[in-house]
Amino acid sequence: MTTSLRTWDSDPVLTVEHLTMRFGGLVAVNDLSFSAGRGDITALIGPNGAGKTTVFNCITGFYKPTTGMMSMRPRDGSLHLLERLPDFIVARKAKVARTFQNIRLFSGMTLLENLLVAQHNPLMIASGMTILGVLGIGGYRTKEKEAIDRARYWLDKIGLIGRADDPAGDLPYGAQRRLEIARAMCTGPDLLCLDEPAAGLNPRESAELNALLLSIRKDDGTSILLIEHDMSVVMGISDHVVVLEYGTKIADGTPTETRNDPRVIAAYLGVDDEEVEEIEHELDETTGSEEGRP
Amino acid sequence: MNSALKSNNGAGIDFGRALKDGVIVAIIAFALLGPLVGLKTDQNMSNELILQNRLGLAAVLSAIVGIGRFLLSAFVYPWVAARGNRTKAAATLAELEARAKFAKGLSVTGLIFLFVYPILIISLFGVQGSIKWVDNYGVQILIYVMLGWGLNIVIGLAGLLDLGYVAFYAVGAYSYSLLAINFHLSFWVLLPVAGLLAAFWGVILGFPVLRLRGDYLAIVTLAFGEIIRLVLINWKDFSGGSAGISSIPKVTMFGIYSFDVSAPNNFAKAFHLAASSAYYKVFLYYLILLLALLTAFITMRLRRLPIGRAWEALREDEVACRSLGINTTNTKLTAFAIGAMFGGFAGSFFAARQGFVSPESFIFMESAVIVAIVVLGGMGSMIGVALAAVAMIGGTELLRELDFLKKVFGNDFNPDQYRMLLFGLAMVIIMVWKPRGFVSARQPTAFLFKRKTVSGDLVKEGHG
Repeated sequence: MTTSLRTWDSDPVLTVEHLTMRFGGLVAVNDLSFSAGRGDITALIGPNGAGKTTVFNCITGFYKPTTGMMSMRPRDGSLHLLERLPDFIVARKAKVARTFQNIRLFSGMTLLENLLVAQHNPLMIASGMTILGVLGIGGYRTKEKEAIDRARYWLDKIGLIGRADDPAGDLPYGAQRRLEIARAMCTGPDLLCLDEPAAGLNPRESAELNALLLSIRKDDGTSILLIEHDMSVVMGISDHVVVLEYGTKIADGTPTETRNDPRVIAAYLGVDDEEVEEIEHELDETTGSEEGRP
Repeated sequence: MNSALKSNNGAGIDFGRALKDGVIVAIIAFALLGPLVGLKTDQNMSNELILQNRLGLAAVLSAIVGIGRFLLSAFVYPWVAARGNRTKAAATLAELEARAKFAKGLSVTGLIFLFVYPILIISLFGVQGSIKWVDNYGVQILIYVMLGWGLNIVIGLAGLLDLGYVAFYAVGAYSYSLLAINFHLSFWVLLPVAGLLAAFWGVILGFPVLRLRGDYLAIVTLAFGEIIRLVLINWKDFSGGSAGISSIPKVTMFGIYSFDVSAPNNFAKAFHLAASSAYYKVFLYYLILLLALLTAFITMRLRRLPIGRAWEALREDEVACRSLGINTTNTKLTAFAIGAMFGGFAGSFFAARQGFVSPESFIFMESAVIVAIVVLGGMGSMIGVALAAVAMIGGTELLRELDFLKKVFGNDFNPDQYRMLLFGLAMVIIMVWKPRGFVSARQPTAFLFKRKTVSGDLVKEGHG
């Protein structure tokens, strides 16, 4: 490569090295290494079943990887080896927040309550591990007001301030996706992992999502790692694209580079059918073995 | 004419159709009953088989069936259909608000009533006559209200199905009994000790158990309840075995007045009143009332603290909780420990009130009743649980007073035998009518603009 030093090489917030995850005989992720740059929007893409969500679950501590090392460097300069931490410590100490492919909101709680639960750990300390809070001493009330202000800021940002007191389960799908992102952001993360944030959104909502993600990066300086199938999101906002196929990395680079990578095109990217056929033809001529899948 | 009438009152009663239904059903009934009831074989005096003709009786029975069907078609079915439509339209926000307001009004009037209840009873039935109403109804119900509120933290808020809650009740009762008898400590010292010991056992149970979920958690907690009971039966040196522990000291009025008849500072003597156990019962009534209100107060405060929100979030979605950095094990343990602590308080009160404890009082049935109170009341709702305790415990007590049924069914009828049957029937009816309990709506713990009640349909029950 001729390009100058990139963020993800010079200042990575997350480095994944030789990550392998086996489920019995199935190798879901095979010797994967990549980095996510600080302040970058990194997209992890690949066809269905490529192992993207498994990678996410390893990073956020929900799975313990078979082998491999994942180092997270939050803004405060500390270093956390994610494969050694339980899931809630990954969120609390290593400052990695995540959303889920199938939305997991607290549907019977209001939007505000959802965002307050996300600020559990600082509020818990403010309430003197509950003991002072029950007795009504200590500065819990001011801390709770601050937490509510923070929730208000995020509700404003995702355009749901008017529905702050409604239950989260009452929201339309697109709004639930945005609320889940806001809830993850309320934990004050340095790396936000989004599992298919644009799934099920209409084009307008998906454009709004792009704007939201860009503003999260700009205003809060949070790095974003996302899994996405919607190419308008991936190509529109990401700085760095990592492509997986069958658990193996097949490409890694800027959106333009990956978009033009014949292996990626052959494996996955949403291009016109004719173009795929054309490239398949080319590939057949050059390698004679690889098969393309539109 | 008929159709005009129908369209006039919209979803009015279609008498024509109901009549047709009635007639058809009556005919079918007669066809069945004719041979079954209408003809009866019998023996005459010379042992000959004769056929009795009772077609008149069959006709009367068929007519009753027909009229019943007519009434069903004309009144009951339209009413049921209308009700169904209304519930399908879902409770609107305004309805929810109105209900919340009603619940609030109910809790305030209920509270005032609870405080004047003994005075009211004494003025109605006299000092001696009040014992039954204050003790059997008042104190008994309030113990279960307190237990229900304690278990409500575990089941209603944290969504952990605990079928062995009575174990903590037993720990509280035995802690008070043994420490009071062996070390002569006062109830007021031992109350917090019993609570702490129960909480300690809650944590001991919680550690191995809380990695289980749903049904498995329920089974292990059930087993724990049985283990405690079996230990109490078999460890005779410690707990007196199945004979139990008797002559447990009574509660004193903070050491100033005693309720022991022989004591020099006896309450009745000090105030020159006629000796009666009624004063002690009234005192116990206010004591358990205050303990129950303490439980309610602390629970309401906890709900507004991060720990309470974490409990409810845990009930909604445990995985999401962990992704937000919440230590779910510790959160569950606190729910277990705090719930157990209130169980321990109630237990030590129970021991002081009874003056006698034995493992018989802590059988699985008790746990089941407390769980039923929480579920019937609507999980997570304080007022609902209180209402359910009144209905369940007060209801079963009231059913003891079924003696008037003897007038209907004759003197051989023993109404006590039907008590639990009627009770079970009432439970079934309530669960059909209100599947999510008396109060299913949830009050949010914080709000930006306006506190809106959350419909019970959205609130999850948790799965362990």
